[in-house]
Amino acid sequence: MKIPLSWLKDYVKFDLSLDEVAHALTMSGNEVENIRSIGNIDKVLVAKVIEINPHPNADKLQLVVVDNGTSKLEVVCGANNLFIGQKVALASIGAKLFNPHSEDSEEVFTLKKSKIRGVVSEGMICSEKELGIGLDHTGILNLDSNTVVGTKIEDIIGDSILEFSLTPNRSDCLGIIGIAREVSAILDAKLKLPETNYISQKQKVNSAISVNIEATDLCDRYMGSIITDVSIKPSPKWLQDRLTAIGERPINNIVDITNYIMFETGQPLHAFDYEKIKNKKIVVRRAKNKEKIISIDNTVRELNSNILVISDSEKSIGIAGVMGGKNSEITSKTNSIFLEAATFDSSNNRKTSKQLNLKSEANLRFEKGLNPQLAEFAIKRAIRMILEICGGESYSGLIDEPKEKIISKKIISVDKNYLSNILGLKLDDFIIENTLTKLGFEVVDNNEKWDITVPYWREDVNIPEDIVEEIARVVGYDIFPSKTISDNLPIWSPTEDLDLKRKITDYLVESGMQEIISYSATNMESESRMDFPKDYPSPVFIRNPISNDFNIMRRSLRESILNCISYNVRSWKDPIAIFELGRIFLETNDDLPKEKIMINGAFAGPRNAIHWERKSNDLFDFFDAKGSVEYVLKKLRIPMKFSKFSDDPTFISGRCAKILSGKNLDIEIGVLGQISNKIISKFGSNIPDIFMFEIDFESLLNIYIDADKYNFYSRFSRHQNSQRDISLIVDDFQEVQEIIDIVNKHNIVSRSEITDIYTGGDIVDGKKVITVRIEYQSFDKTLKASEISIIEKKILLDLKKFIGADLRS
Amino acid sequence: MIEELKNKSLTELESVKSVDSLEQWRVKYLGRKGELTSILRGIGSLPDNERRLIGSQSNSLRGLLEEQYKKIKPTLEKNLTHDSVDITLPGRTRTKGRLHPITSIIREISEAFSDMGFSIVEGNESELEHYNFDLLNIPKDHPARDQWDTIWLDRPNRDDNLLRTHTSPMQARIMENSKPPIRVIIPGKCYRYEATDATHEWHFHQIEGLVVGKNISFSDLKGTLYELARRIFGPSRKVRFRCDFFPFVEPGVDMSIDWKGEWIEILGAGMVHPKVFEGVGYDPNVYSGFAFGMGPERIAMLRYDIEDIRQFFSNDLRFLSQF
Repeated sequence: MKIPLSWLKDYVKFDLSLDEVAHALTMSGNEVENIRSIGNIDKVLVAKVIEINPHPNADKLQLVVVDNGTSKLEVVCGANNLFIGQKVALASIGAKLFNPHSEDSEEVFTLKKSKIRGVVSEGMICSEKELGIGLDHTGILNLDSNTVVGTKIEDIIGDSILEFSLTPNRSDCLGIIGIAREVSAILDAKLKLPETNYISQKQKVNSAISVNIEATDLCDRYMGSIITDVSIKPSPKWLQDRLTAIGERPINNIVDITNYIMFETGQPLHAFDYEKIKNKKIVVRRAKNKEKIISIDNTVRELNSNILVISDSEKSIGIAGVMGGKNSEITSKTNSIFLEAATFDSSNNRKTSKQLNLKSEANLRFEKGLNPQLAEFAIKRAIRMILEICGGESYSGLIDEPKEKIISKKIISVDKNYLSNILGLKLDDFIIENTLTKLGFEVVDNNEKWDITVPYWREDVNIPEDIVEEIARVVGYDIFPSKTISDNLPIWSPTEDLDLKRKITDYLVESGMQEIISYSATNMESESRMDFPKDYPSPVFIRNPISNDFNIMRRSLRESILNCISYNVRSWKDPIAIFELGRIFLETNDDLPKEKIMINGAFAGPRNAIHWERKSNDLFDFFDAKGSVEYVLKKLRIPMKFSKFSDDPTFISGRCAKILSGKNLDIEIGVLGQISNKIISKFGSNIPDIFMFEIDFESLLNIYIDADKYNFYSRFSRHQNSQRDISLIVDDFQEVQEIIDIVNKHNIVSRSEITDIYTGGDIVDGKKVITVRIEYQSFDKTLKASEISIIEKKILLDLKKFIGADLRS
Repeated sequence: MIEELKNKSLTELESVKSVDSLEQWRVKYLGRKGELTSILRGIGSLPDNERRLIGSQSNSLRGLLEEQYKKIKPTLEKNLTHDSVDITLPGRTRTKGRLHPITSIIREISEAFSDMGFSIVEGNESELEHYNFDLLNIPKDHPARDQWDTIWLDRPNRDDNLLRTHTSPMQARIMENSKPPIRVIIPGKCYRYEATDATHEWHFHQIEGLVVGKNISFSDLKGTLYELARRIFGPSRKVRFRCDFFPFVEPGVDMSIDWKGEWIEILGAGMVHPKVFEGVGYDPNVYSGFAFGMGPERIAMLRYDIEDIRQFFSNDLRFLSQF
């Protein structure tokens, strides 16, 4: 909503600077987003045309002598609306003017001294477009004959346009009077409303037209009047200028006045050509299905029975509250008009605008909800203005349907204690009463409470809380004290899910991984790269995607992780170790999709950042991914086991594992492995091997909640320990875990670690050598070498017996 | 005896390889309590004949040792460079990862509220229209809904599923499932049907807050949010509260901070609307409260002067590795 300062000052006068007023309006809820200054152009003065002579070298140009109050100058001018004695805006050399031929209305040029067809022009007579105050460039700006020569042009045409960002509750502020009323309340200034009285010479209007509201549920009030013998012309300049200043294109005097009144009061009006209304009958009804109308923007609109129309006895002549019909619009031939001021249902109006994909200034106001009483003020004001500007005669009285209106008066009782309790400050009664009165409320003091009558234009004020805001916003939020909450603290309750999330995130970061957050949506084509199994739950589709790239919700974080790696490999030469903890969405029969929290992480590229000492050809592998999983689960005190599997096409079979946990190590909480080359190739070229893990948060959470988190401490022996290595020749496919399990079964073994794995050389094909370092320790005494040897022999026997391992001599 | 000392000291000097050990050697023989010095000091008590001989031998040995010392010292000092490290080479670190900057901001804000007695809750990102709008006093076909352009889900047999446009639906869900007093914040992802550019993203985070109790006032709202602004933006930060409109609060508040001389809105808030209380079965005559919501992306953009909101979800490691 744009408001010229000069227009606002018609209704409220103030001495404060514009910036201060704008700030006060912003603080009280009507945000002034921008103040644009217009017509404030340096080096442009009012001048008088003294002589007009033909240009010696050009038929279409003239040499004009002008007097700017201090000197007489000769300028070249091509306009055809010049006359002797005319007051014009004369720009001298160096003035910054708007380029009238540019598509960009903000483009400025600096006037230079130049020869035009061989004659020096000492300045330029400006059009309104060149001055940036209007769109007309057909001729030069014709100033009022009383304008004093030599006056700076900004004193004549200078203005400021306030651009508001209004909140949707304040339909009243979609009229300039509404904002003026705000100013009057905030600054404690007087509000001056425009006159609405007029003289009507003709008979009763209901003798010349009948109105029937069929759709009574969608139209609370329908008012109308007829004005005959109007002369349709362009509006007077001041009216055109005001509309132009707020970005509206002037059409003709009748249409301009209806628009002007809408911007002034907030009530949309519409004028029909009275002669074109068949049988002088207006029906407010629902459209027929597939009924068509051409709206005044020359577009054929197909209607349906949810849409409210204004119709005559035969056909619809307007889409109620949205746009008029071409068949009844005001033209230069119009002689009599039927003027409409109505109150249409807000939510139906909004639906209509959405269905037709047609927004208008009228619809913008109706959809916010208008009070029926506004129509009366607006139509009277419009008739007065039409009679003044367009001439003609008005019928007496007004059409006002339905006959029986429910005009309710809202009275809100506000307890005085409640007010000070909720605000945290007791305000003076006078301040409260004066603030509300200035805003148009009627306040009656009833001892412990106020009974407050809400003015009709405040559809948004209905409950005591609304009154609280009215007072607080006008006196200013700043005056209320800031306190700490004095109420009881809530009782703590556990949030294990959030604790676990936080821990996992921290531990993954500790293990060297970078957290990422990706888009939660993808599309089928992109997702199909992942080769989900056929029985995987369906995706959740988006009805109105912002683009086709994001038309389904993601069903896995795998794609997000791979996207991130493929995006970064081009520009990032350091290690890529990333993880995401995020939601995936699966279709179900429930009220809402199944949302699962997943944790996916991956490693790709060099293991070490570029460093003077570390090897740069050392690449990440399976055990980096496994190491992070182990680190997290160990820190969480959750038992784990890894087992081979091969039915997930994302991974290279033989290079992936299930992650098992739970008391019996039989609950699958995730997987990890090397991503198959087939999938990697779908994400681009030159992508290194990728090692990914995936953990289902919910499965982990269940185990975490049940886990015995504090039972991990064990006492250690203070007796001397001994370490001995054994090197075993085993089959190539032998898993080391089995060896470790066999070794650890023996009672004086306190620890065992694999220290080397060796193939080749003198080792036969199909075999490998595994070296295990075994630590022996007793709780009772320091072990003798002979005691250790006995156990070592038993271990070797077991290893031979269970896995056929031979000691390497 | 002097000859013995001479052989011993010169042999030892051969094995001296550093300035430190040279110094030790000097102290051992030539120092105040050194072996040679002790002999020289004891000369006075010797018989005359021995005194002259030992005196001259000792003095010539001292001359020799001092000469050797001076000769060897610069060589060893030069050797020192071979022994030292280039302290300008980059150090070695255990590689740690990093949090996403949004996670960091959410944690920072969560901690500020934890200190004020708030607990933290999360909720689903897909939501029912009922919770996202209806229970928050945002009726269907009301222009207030224009503040939240919505991404709707296309689900079999349901047309009321959407991606939450704010974290506010959790207000209603929490109140339905618990009794006052309530002090809670709800961080999480939200979605809007919005064309993206440097300042708009269809996908972002929000931190919602809700306080419900007896006698919660507008001053409590101001105090709590002022405290937050001080914690996040510094104790001397100028803060401004102005009137704004959100259907689920009344009065409505916008909190802006002074950022390089401009007022920047960082938070919307207000006293919980009685219709919201009624919708969840709370008696608005007994309870009052306030709610607020803020965007961690916006806060991060201000603080780190980030030029484009889309950076947060680009997952570009050149961006993420800086936080």
